[in-house]
Amino acid sequence: MSKDKFTTLKTTAVPLPNENIDTDQIIPARFLKATTREGFGDNLFRDWRYDAENNQIPEFVLNDNKYSGKILVAGKNFGCGSSREHAAWAIYDYGFRVVVSSFFADIFKNNALNNGLLPIVVSDQFLKQMLQAVEEKPSTEIVVDLENQILQVGAVKESFEINKYKKTCMINGYDDIDYLLSLNKEIREFDVANT
Amino acid sequence: MSQLKPKTIFEKIWDSHVVKRAEGYPDALFIDRHFIHEVTSPQAFDGLKKRGIQVFNTSRTTATADHNVPTKDQHLPIKEALSRHQVETLRKNCKEFGVELYDLGHAYQGIVHIIGPELGLTQPGMTIVCGDSHTSTHGAFGNIAFGIGTSEVEQVLATQCILQYKPKTMKIEINGKLGKGVVSKDIILYIISKISASGATGFFVEYAGDAITSLSMEARMTICNMSIEMGARGGLIAPDETTFNYIRGRKFAPQGEAFDRKVEEWKKLKTDEGATYDSVLAFDAADIGPMITYGTNPGMGMKVTDRIPTIAELKEISEQHSFTKSLEYMGLEPGSSLLGKYIDYVFIGSCTNARIEDLRLVAEMVKGKTKASNVEVWVVPGSKQVEDQARREGLDKIFEAAGFELRSPGCSACLGMNEDKVPAGKYCISTSNRNFEGRQGPKSRTFLASPLSAAAAAITGRVTDVREFV
Repeated sequence: MSKDKFTTLKTTAVPLPNENIDTDQIIPARFLKATTREGFGDNLFRDWRYDAENNQIPEFVLNDNKYSGKILVAGKNFGCGSSREHAAWAIYDYGFRVVVSSFFADIFKNNALNNGLLPIVVSDQFLKQMLQAVEEKPSTEIVVDLENQILQVGAVKESFEINKYKKTCMINGYDDIDYLLSLNKEIREFDVANT
Repeated sequence: MSQLKPKTIFEKIWDSHVVKRAEGYPDALFIDRHFIHEVTSPQAFDGLKKRGIQVFNTSRTTATADHNVPTKDQHLPIKEALSRHQVETLRKNCKEFGVELYDLGHAYQGIVHIIGPELGLTQPGMTIVCGDSHTSTHGAFGNIAFGIGTSEVEQVLATQCILQYKPKTMKIEINGKLGKGVVSKDIILYIISKISASGATGFFVEYAGDAITSLSMEARMTICNMSIEMGARGGLIAPDETTFNYIRGRKFAPQGEAFDRKVEEWKKLKTDEGATYDSVLAFDAADIGPMITYGTNPGMGMKVTDRIPTIAELKEISEQHSFTKSLEYMGLEPGSSLLGKYIDYVFIGSCTNARIEDLRLVAEMVKGKTKASNVEVWVVPGSKQVEDQARREGLDKIFEAAGFELRSPGCSACLGMNEDKVPAGKYCISTSNRNFEGRQGPKSRTFLASPLSAAAAAITGRVTDVREFV
């Protein structure tokens, strides 16, 4: 299925400096029971957002009115743990379109890219500066230019790497299945030859 | 004869499965075996329906229900409506698309990574995927096995291929003799504690060395299972006689002469002399002790006799915030020891440690003993076959006499998705693979350890050095 296209984004960001944020924090297993892709945003960071009585925990950034925007800025090794794509769906469903970190877990990164959620890897140093900029001034404007691979935080510009194929997919809203389906004949032959 | 570039076993398997390698695209990698379960497959089947396409090759796909299932009264309908719906959706999808399902009550049902190997579906040289990060377990047989997301499950159902960039390679070599009371779970917890929860991200690991090759298949699976906990895409061990002997005679393994021919092929699956890795690490088995985790990621582990680091001892300043938060969650003090700490629950189960050998280890240790009164002990076999075998061997009687509860197969308290949850604030020594916040239930606190260490703790009711018992 084609995804939303991603070209440029001008927005603000939400800082979440914790390291090693695992997919059980992003969306706990007990909320994985839906059989569709929608609605997971309600339970994004569930146990950090709400207490046992379902009251909002005011200190948590998503409950802090100071912060808003379509970019989540998180500490290193974001998305480690389970392969649940629900983590990427929850972040997207909540309204984020970009996650910035200095390091992403592999499966999460793939899942994000497969769902139109852009993971941007920056240096530890830049991440620190970005978190600081957003925390000091939550209205800091951030621009993501995917075509030119530039992340601009206030006046500071940082270029980022993205795989060329994945970039094309993101910009055009393609997904991997379209390409694989076009290889049907070769795959059939391979299957027969290796059975 | 031209001199071929020496290859690692990983490269041999990967390269032989590339259907198409095109400039500017990831490799289209053929998948020999696809395992599916109820949690990460419904949206993938929906995708097929929307496109109006069938499963590419149903004979390469096997399904089971494991994450959501209760481990008591499995003959009754699942009480929790959403869990029941998810399992019923799997049933419907498998029926509609013609996929073999080992459903609740089936003699082959169980945790997906336990049933693949025990049915002989998991074989050397294969590519294996499943919408579950612990798919790395299968790598113990010398294959490329890794966890994928649901979009990728859909890719594989639709095309039997997945688009992937080849990861980097890492060799982790462990030589020497393991000490008393030290088992394979301790090896992997030790490695992760040394290289961190992200130490192998971007890599596919090959485990080697005599401390690895001397292990049983069950023990090897425990190690490969937790490869993902250091961020690795997967982990494998080159197949050998131990591997072939395990597979021989299993339900879906090649039989008779066909098996012998396969073994000749499988023997070639090893890293060539002179092949290079992107990273090589080596550890001495003698340095490994019974391990326990104290924090909220599997990298936060130590020997059970060590003490938790202090803030000053952390390698990086940036870790302070997460470290402090983690210990607060666990209710533990920096610099303290865990030995003697009272616990509330013991969970013996999960795709990491719920095979027959694990249950035997536990039974052997607790035979003639009883659990401490302050703990509740759950023993959850990884599959129906493991459960049946345990009963045939009389392990159920030993557990019963010890006050342990032998339940029915499923993922159980590993992930707090089904009925089996550790209550808020309670401590659980668990043989599973993750100690994340809330992993075993909201606000639950997990200490990861080996089945032996868990059994010892069940008897004393406290964190215990298992060497007092062996």
